Amino acid sequence: MTHAVEITGIRKVFNEGRTNPVVALDDINLAIADGEFISLIGPSGCGKSTLLRLVANLIDPTAGSVRVNGKSAADARRDGDYGMAFQQSGLFDWRNVVRNVELPLELKGWEKAKRRSRALEMLDLVKLTDFANNYPWELSGGMQQRVAIARALSFSPKLLLMDEPFGALDEMTREHMQSELIRICADTGSTVIFVTHSIPEAVYLSNRVVVMSPRPGRVAAVVDVDLGPRSDDTREANRFFAKVTEVREALRGYEHTDALTGGDMR
Amino acid sequence: MGAVRIDRNAIRRSLLFVVSLLLLAVLWEAYKLVGPEAGGKILGARLLPKAENRSMPHVWDMLSRFGRPEQRGSSGSVFMAVLAGGWFTFRIALAGLLLGLAVGFALAVVMARFRIVERGLLPWLVVSQTVPLIALAPLVVSWGGRLHVGSLTWQKWMSAAVIAGFLGFFPLAVGGLRGLSSPPPASVELLDSYAATWRSGLIKVRIPAAVPYLVPSLKLAGSAAVVGAVVAEISTGLKGGIGRLIIEYSREATADPAKVFTAVFGAAAIGLAMSALVAVLDRYVSRNRPKEMFA
Amino acid sequence: MITRLVRALGPPILFGALFLAAWELFVVARDIKAYLLPKPSAIWGQFHDNIGQIWKVARVTGLNALVGLLVGLALGLVMALLASRFSLLGELIDPLSVAAAAMPIIVLVAIFNNLFSITSEVPRRLMVAVVVFFIVFINVAKGLRQASATQLELMDSYGAADLQIIRKLRIPNGLSFLVTALRQAAPLAVVTAFVSEYFGGPQNGLGSRIAQAISSSRDTTGWAYVLAACLLGLTFFALSALVERWAMPWQHHRTT
Repeated sequence: MTHAVEITGIRKVFNEGRTNPVVALDDINLAIADGEFISLIGPSGCGKSTLLRLVANLIDPTAGSVRVNGKSAADARRDGDYGMAFQQSGLFDWRNVVRNVELPLELKGWEKAKRRSRALEMLDLVKLTDFANNYPWELSGGMQQRVAIARALSFSPKLLLMDEPFGALDEMTREHMQSELIRICADTGSTVIFVTHSIPEAVYLSNRVVVMSPRPGRVAAVVDVDLGPRSDDTREANRFFAKVTEVREALRGYEHTDALTGGDMR
Repeated sequence: MGAVRIDRNAIRRSLLFVVSLLLLAVLWEAYKLVGPEAGGKILGARLLPKAENRSMPHVWDMLSRFGRPEQRGSSGSVFMAVLAGGWFTFRIALAGLLLGLAVGFALAVVMARFRIVERGLLPWLVVSQTVPLIALAPLVVSWGGRLHVGSLTWQKWMSAAVIAGFLGFFPLAVGGLRGLSSPPPASVELLDSYAATWRSGLIKVRIPAAVPYLVPSLKLAGSAAVVGAVVAEISTGLKGGIGRLIIEYSREATADPAKVFTAVFGAAAIGLAMSALVAVLDRYVSRNRPKEMFA
Repeated sequence: MITRLVRALGPPILFGALFLAAWELFVVARDIKAYLLPKPSAIWGQFHDNIGQIWKVARVTGLNALVGLLVGLALGLVMALLASRFSLLGELIDPLSVAAAAMPIIVLVAIFNNLFSITSEVPRRLMVAVVVFFIVFINVAKGLRQASATQLELMDSYGAADLQIIRKLRIPNGLSFLVTALRQAAPLAVVTAFVSEYFGGPQNGLGSRIAQAISSSRDTTGWAYVLAACLLGLTFFALSALVERWAMPWQHHRTT
């Protein structure tokens, strides 16, 4: 079965051959199915953002391969097979909201009428149709991120790559955006790779949480999250807390095993 | 390791600077070769400079002029005259800079202490930079000889120094204010918890915090002071400085075209000397500070 | 909105008024002679009386400033665009910009005056253009380089070609720096045009009138011309600030 994303034997070394090389990632293997929502979580410097950028073909691996939809990462990028969203919305100040969403479509040569109708469709998806003609500075942080997500989805990529997109938002807006994201992904059927620092966020959003170890980044554990369809009550369910604890202990696990050779985790 | 890399960058930059100067010289001579002797027109307007030797001396003539006597028959070379004038103007600029620093920083302290003063005064300070208050120069200089401060008679050069300082004090006031206001609230609250007075907070926290902000302001103020000194000399007819030389040599330009260039080079030298002075001060002051402060 | 305006403008207006009042009282109380320091009211009187003359000469200086400003803007913009494409060009102009900032380049007027006829206004306009050029070049070149990292990564992820990145990201970003540069350059253009008149050439601008007034012992009139020069500078500044507000309403709320 071809997975949506296949990461095989990925290794990334920065400054290779120079005085202080840094092994950011070592032997990463991950297979992500169509429509799955995967979170990458780990301490600062564990390489999760690096891994995301490797899948995005924004940087190249030192060893190993990434295949997206059966193609190489480079081909996937060229064909527009994925959309990205970052912690900063990266909206262009000089364009209004709808023209910001149109940006990737312009670059891919879509004609004017089609661009406009698709952009408005996307804005409807993120519930910002009324703000189509406003400028980014007139919108709140959460709204700007929704525009960024609309832009990422504008050319209907099957894969969404997100690097802590809600990191700059306050807690309540964050929870709201998480619910929105789940709804949008259900509508579009997208596969998502989501980088985050927040354990509850990872558990709430994902089918599986990939826990990474500190540098050199490796996959320390993969936690299956079988919470069923999410709702506002999910965050208060016992099962949710159990899963959060499981992830937290997985995160702590390698700390303890590093300090005490192979010893007990508690 | 880091120090070596910086030096290589500086060498490359100095090299490029020399190359660009050489390119300018080449362009100058090239224009002399092909340009119209009596000047010319572009689209009906007289926009092309005159390429003749009386208007555009050769680059090598400009440089050699330094070595020859200032006036026909006089004993001093142009180099000595320009050097003397440059030194005169440099001292005025320096005096002005120090005055500007004192006044600017004092204003910064007052504005930092009383927010109402900041709100009332700062807009005027901003405005002062958008208007040619250098226009006041001739009027200020007429104080010379007629104003007595205690036992001191107002000298003409003092007006020039005041004007130089005036051009320079604004960046220092603004930079100083930003610096004095820069300590994070946590530091200020710490002092409050020790029941420290505003004055000791000023001395122990705010002033040290302000220093890295003053240094880039000093760069701006320094070059502004040099401009102020030169222009003050010219607009007030003050003798002895490079400004006076520029005007004099400019008047003799038809007979002795290369001379005015020597004075211009001298003025450039003063500016570079001031930058060097500020750079040395910068090095000394920030020797113990983390490098990231100067983004 | 009104309260915000009052809060912002109130203190400076108050300070200004107090300053003028104190000035007036000081001159009257200490019976200061006019050639040292005239009263504000006397200055205003002279300004009012000479308004025709003032307008005539202010126009000359103002026109010099305007022409030089526009030429400098255009040249600075073009050069910055070229420099972003041909980095060697940028590396050559950069040290010149640094040197120009360090030295009193206004003295170049003395050289310019010899390159053209003595009745020409071109030396002054050229001087203004040079000063404005460096300001614009430095700012716009910086702006063209400084597109945010996030935006560049996004453009990469869309597979955008270099030319597309320049057209859709770098240039609009750089233009916003142009407008900021304008706000710095406009008042400086007036000051430069003004000061250039001291170096010789046709004596029909604001600067020469001040010198004339002093030499004929009409100091108060001289101060009136100074006031006119200040108003000219303020006008240029206000207009450029308005352009900035109009062209980039987001400047005060930068999101990236």
